[in-house]
Amino acid sequence: MKNILELNNVNVSFHTFAGEVKAVRGVNLHLEKGESLAIVGESGSGKSVTSKSIMRLLPEKTSEIKEGEILFEGRDLTKLSNREMEKIRGSEISMIFQDPMTSLNPTMTVGKQIMEGLRKHQNLSKNEAKERAINLLKLVGIPNPELRINEYPHQFSGGMRQRVVIAIALACNPKVLIADEPTTALDVTIQAQILDLMRDLQQKTGTAIILITHDLGVVANLSQRVAVMYGGTIVETGTTDEVFYNPKHPYTWGLLSSMPKLNSADKELMAIPGTPPNLLNPPKGCPFAARCPYAMQVCVDNMPDVTDVTSTHKTACWLLDERAPQVEPPEAALVGGAR
Amino acid sequence: MARFVLKRLLYMLITLFIITSFTFFLMKLLPGSPFNNEEKLTDQQKFILNEKYGLNDPVPVQYFNYMGNLVKGDMGVSFQYDNRPVSTMIAERIGPSAVLGVEATIIGTIIGLILGIAAALKHNTSIDYLSSLIAVLGISIPSFVFAGVLQYYVGVKLEWLPVALWDGPKYHVLPALSLSVFVIATVARFMRTEMLEVLGQDYITTAKSKGLSNLVVIWKHTIRNALIPVVTILGPLAINLITGTLIIEKIFAVPGLGFQFVSSITLNDYPVIMATTIFYSVCFIIVILIVDILYGVIDPRIRVAGGKG
Repeated sequence: MKNILELNNVNVSFHTFAGEVKAVRGVNLHLEKGESLAIVGESGSGKSVTSKSIMRLLPEKTSEIKEGEILFEGRDLTKLSNREMEKIRGSEISMIFQDPMTSLNPTMTVGKQIMEGLRKHQNLSKNEAKERAINLLKLVGIPNPELRINEYPHQFSGGMRQRVVIAIALACNPKVLIADEPTTALDVTIQAQILDLMRDLQQKTGTAIILITHDLGVVANLSQRVAVMYGGTIVETGTTDEVFYNPKHPYTWGLLSSMPKLNSADKELMAIPGTPPNLLNPPKGCPFAARCPYAMQVCVDNMPDVTDVTSTHKTACWLLDERAPQVEPPEAALVGGAR
Repeated sequence: MARFVLKRLLYMLITLFIITSFTFFLMKLLPGSPFNNEEKLTDQQKFILNEKYGLNDPVPVQYFNYMGNLVKGDMGVSFQYDNRPVSTMIAERIGPSAVLGVEATIIGTIIGLILGIAAALKHNTSIDYLSSLIAVLGISIPSFVFAGVLQYYVGVKLEWLPVALWDGPKYHVLPALSLSVFVIATVARFMRTEMLEVLGQDYITTAKSKGLSNLVVIWKHTIRNALIPVVTILGPLAINLITGTLIIEKIFAVPGLGFQFVSSITLNDYPVIMATTIFYSVCFIIVILIVDILYGVIDPRIRVAGGKG
């Protein structure tokens, strides 16, 4: 079995006072052992919800995985009891969160916070867990780990805290690590350090990573494959090269065009006009149709099928239908002028 | 740490000095004199009494005399009760007040915390609404209403417990319960808000993502952090009860400090007014110091200078 994680037609809804918000609508994803997959999209595209539904960390009362299966090593996580899920969280699949300033408990030493998971999942004694925690801090590049293990989060800088968060996530050698915008809240210089660290750790530990981000620069740095999400669906997926150099979906074109480039200092930055669809009342056709400059009537009326561009590159767009007019991507979307 | 406490003690003395002086002059502004109420005294007798207690001196002289004696530890004698030393009077009266206050605080805190935690964990369910209802009732209905209701039903109708007086543990239950209602309400409301706030924090998600069980997440990560602000309100709340509460002491005929304090004001019994005020202030200031130290113990972020980190 090559795929360690597989999402098949996953639908997640939130129940709000206004009605049912369909945040994730029919997502198909797979993650191979040891690979790194990025999920890219703007705020509200459903990328965080997708990742939290894998961990089953969505609020139980207000949200629901309506449909689909999430297979981890062949087991459907949506069918597991809370007890069984606890055994998987932190030990098989773990997660890094966006804001290191708030994701650590302020009244507990970082050592204890690292040791908690170890003691629960691996039944280590206090001393063994402590030793392992010190090694973990060393692994994520925190100097003087023997001393710092007894310190509290407020005694660490933002970048150092994110290293601690990563150490917590890696404590039990998980097979899958979900990183939800791990560098968004950090300074640019620190971002690069954290990305280097993650790439380094992935090579050392062989953990598969799902990286959630809206930053295409981060994607290019860290991931072998990319899934572009929009309006709760995946609009394009492929290897990083395919998506960057041969994008097929107009939304991906928009994303790439809105990325600042080295040679575009004097040009105005492109933006995609409009706002994402309201998922309380999702459009019945392509979710991007309302903002797409190439939209046709069929886009508004019908959800596009997924077209295989190559065996790894798949795009859900009517433009790829043989009856559609030929459209060239805008110049700004061509990264480095390739192809 | 030692430096912190020492510095705080110095501030406490200054605070105490200001409170004492202020109360002294305020008290002198009160109309009437200690001996006006006793109609049988002739003017001459009143003059002799005033002379004896130094009340004919100019107010500043009286002030310096009083402060001088105070520094020596002499708080004077009561004008009304057979020249008994004020310190003895307070010592005799503080017992019941303190016991009652501590009991009410403990009962109130425990029940309040349970209600608050339950309400937050069962947010927007009937348990939450019930707990909020209890909190609103407890805060808005005065304690003497509960006292009356308890006395009538538990004391008179059911005859389970004595209606009043102070003669052994049985006599503590009703007044302590009546006093604790306000504590229950305040603590429950506060704890609920704090719990909800902490439950929404990112580090709770982190704790869950480690695979910790719900119980561990709530106990180790939520309650501990939610308790920090609750500790701050608990100090003043407790001291208010411990130093005596006029109404409950009066209703249950408890020989406590609160009742004595109020009657000393109506009788212009200057030394008793002064001594009780000073006693209240000292208790209050000490409790606030304890709360501050405790705060540092449970919250490492505000561990005071000199401590580690």
